Amino acid sequence: MSMPQPAAAHELAGTEAIKIEELHKSFGASPVLRGISMAVAAHQVVCLIGASGSGKSTLLRCINLLEPISAGRIVLLGQDVTAPGTDQNAVRRNVGIVFQSYNLFPHMTVLRNVTLAPEKALGVPKAQAQEAARELLTRFGLADKQAEYPDRLSGGQQQRVAIVRAMAMQPQILLLDEVTSALDPELVAEVLDVIRELAAGGMTMLIATHEMGFAKDIAGRVCFLEDGLIIEEAPPAELFSDPKDDRTRRFLRRIVEAGRM
Amino acid sequence: MGGGLSTDPLGTPSAMGPTAGAQIAGSFGTTGRGPRLLSGGGRRAAVVSTASTIVVLAGLAAIFWLAPGSEAVRHTFFDPQDMWQSLIGDPKKGYYSVGAAIWLNIRMFLVGEVLILVLALVIALTRQSTSPVTFPFRVLAMLYVDFFRGVPLLLVVFAIGLGVPALRLPFVSSQSSAVYGVAALVLSYSAYVSEVYRAGLNSVHQSQVAAARSLGLSHATALRYVILPQAIRNIVPPLLNDFISLQKDTALVSVLGAIEANGAAQIYSSTVFNFSSFTVAAILFLILTIPLARFTDRLIAADRRRRLAGAVR
Repeated sequence: MSMPQPAAAHELAGTEAIKIEELHKSFGASPVLRGISMAVAAHQVVCLIGASGSGKSTLLRCINLLEPISAGRIVLLGQDVTAPGTDQNAVRRNVGIVFQSYNLFPHMTVLRNVTLAPEKALGVPKAQAQEAARELLTRFGLADKQAEYPDRLSGGQQQRVAIVRAMAMQPQILLLDEVTSALDPELVAEVLDVIRELAAGGMTMLIATHEMGFAKDIAGRVCFLEDGLIIEEAPPAELFSDPKDDRTRRFLRRIVEAGRM
Repeated sequence: MGGGLSTDPLGTPSAMGPTAGAQIAGSFGTTGRGPRLLSGGGRRAAVVSTASTIVVLAGLAAIFWLAPGSEAVRHTFFDPQDMWQSLIGDPKKGYYSVGAAIWLNIRMFLVGEVLILVLALVIALTRQSTSPVTFPFRVLAMLYVDFFRGVPLLLVVFAIGLGVPALRLPFVSSQSSAVYGVAALVLSYSAYVSEVYRAGLNSVHQSQVAAARSLGLSHATALRYVILPQAIRNIVPPLLNDFISLQKDTALVSVLGAIEANGAAQIYSSTVFNFSSFTVAAILFLILTIPLARFTDRLIAADRRRRLAGAVR
C-alpha cells in the first residue's frame, strides 16, 4: 500500500495501538465480557464477529470509555486509559467511534455536526474547522449535503456523515460498531467503501461487523466472540476456511445457512 | 340543497328559515360519521361550524338572560358604567384603575418568567446530575420540588409576603409586596418547570449523550450544544402552558396588598359595591393569555408537522 500516512501515525508503526488485558465487564449481576485479551497493531484492521449479545459492542464502548469496566486494563497508544485519574475526554479525542444508529445530532446541519467537536473540544477556529470539514465531506462524496439536516439524508449518507464526524477529530484509532447493520442492503456498499478507503489510508480500526464478506476482505485479523470471550482469533483466510474451534464452526455454519456469506 | 338559493340569491327571510334549519340538521347528521368534516376545510364545513357556534352561544345567552336572577347579575357584574369607571379609575373617589394595574401583573409575569426559567434549569440539572459529589444537592433539589409542588401557591405567597418582612432583615425585609409576590411565584413555579425541564432532558436519547461524549466533548459542552437544545425544543409547548398559568396567578399577589388588576378590582368593588370591576380584570387577563395560548397551539402544530415529516422520510 503506497498511501501517504499522517506523520503522527508513522511514530506508531509497529507498536500496539490497542492492548486489552483480561477485560471484565458486567451489567449488574450479568457478565458481558469475561476476560478479553487482545491487541491491535497500529495501522491494522481487526474485525470482531459473533452473534448479537456476544459482547462486541460492549467491548468497543469500553475502549471508548463510554462504559466503566469491572476489571482488567485497556492500554491505548501506550497509555493505560483505565487507570484512575485518566482524562477521559482527552482519550476520546484520539479514539473515534461510529455507532450502528449513526447518532447524528438532529438539530444541527451536516457541517455543524462535523465541526462541533473540533471547535469545542480541540479549540480549532471556526473557519479552519469548516474548511477541514468541507474537505472531508468532499472526499466522501457528501459535499452537496453540508447544509442539510440529518433527517433529510438516507441511512447510508447519515452513516458516512457519522464517519466524517469521527474523522474530523483526526483520531488515531477508529472503532466501528456494526455500522451497516441498520442500513438497507443497497446502502451498505457506499459505507463499506468509505471504510475501505480509511483502511487504505492506514487508519487503525477495530470493527464489529455482521458483514462476513467485508471482514474477510478488509481485516488483517478476525476475532470470533461468544459469551464475552474471544473463542478464536486468526487471519480471515484461516478463520473462515479452517476454523479450529467447534463454536466458531457452528457460528459460521449458521451464517452460511442464513445466506449471509 | 342549493337549488333554491342559486335561483334566488337574495332570498327572503321566510324562505331561508326552514332551508337553513334543514341544512343545519342534515350537516349535524353527517359530522357524526367521522372526524373528516370537522378537521377538513371547505365551505360546507365552515357553514356547519358557524351555525353550530351560533346555536350554542345563543343557547347559553338565553339561559343567562332568562335566569330568574339575570337582571341582578347583569347589574352587579356587567354594568357598562361601572366597567368603564373601574377600567379608568378615579383616585378622588378612592379606587384605582384596573387597566393601569394590569401593568403590574405584566411586569411581575415578565420578571418572574425569566427567573423561573433560570432557577428551574438549575434545579433540573442538579437533579439529573450523577456525580457522588453532588449527592446532597440532588437530595435538596428533590426536597425543594416536593415541597413547593405540594404546598398551595396561595400559602407560599402568604408565607413569603408576611414572613420575610417580619424577619426584619436589612434590605430583604423592606421590599414591596410585588417583589415578595414575584419571589413566591418564582419559588413555586420553578418546582413545576424544573420537572418540565427534566422531562425534556429525559426525552433526549442516551445515544445522543454517547455520541457527544465519544467525540471528546466534556459533560458541560455536550449539555450546552447537544442535549439542552434538543430538550428545550421538546418542551416549548408545556413551558408556554405553564406561563399562561403564571400570567393568571400573578393575581394572587393581591392578597399581599399589591395593587395589581385583581387588587384594584377588589378595591373598586368594595368602594362602589359592584363587581363589574372583576369582569374588567377577567377581560384584561383574557387579552393577555389568549394570544399566548394561540401561539402555543401554533407551535404544537408546527412541531407535530416537523415530526411527522421526519417520520415519513
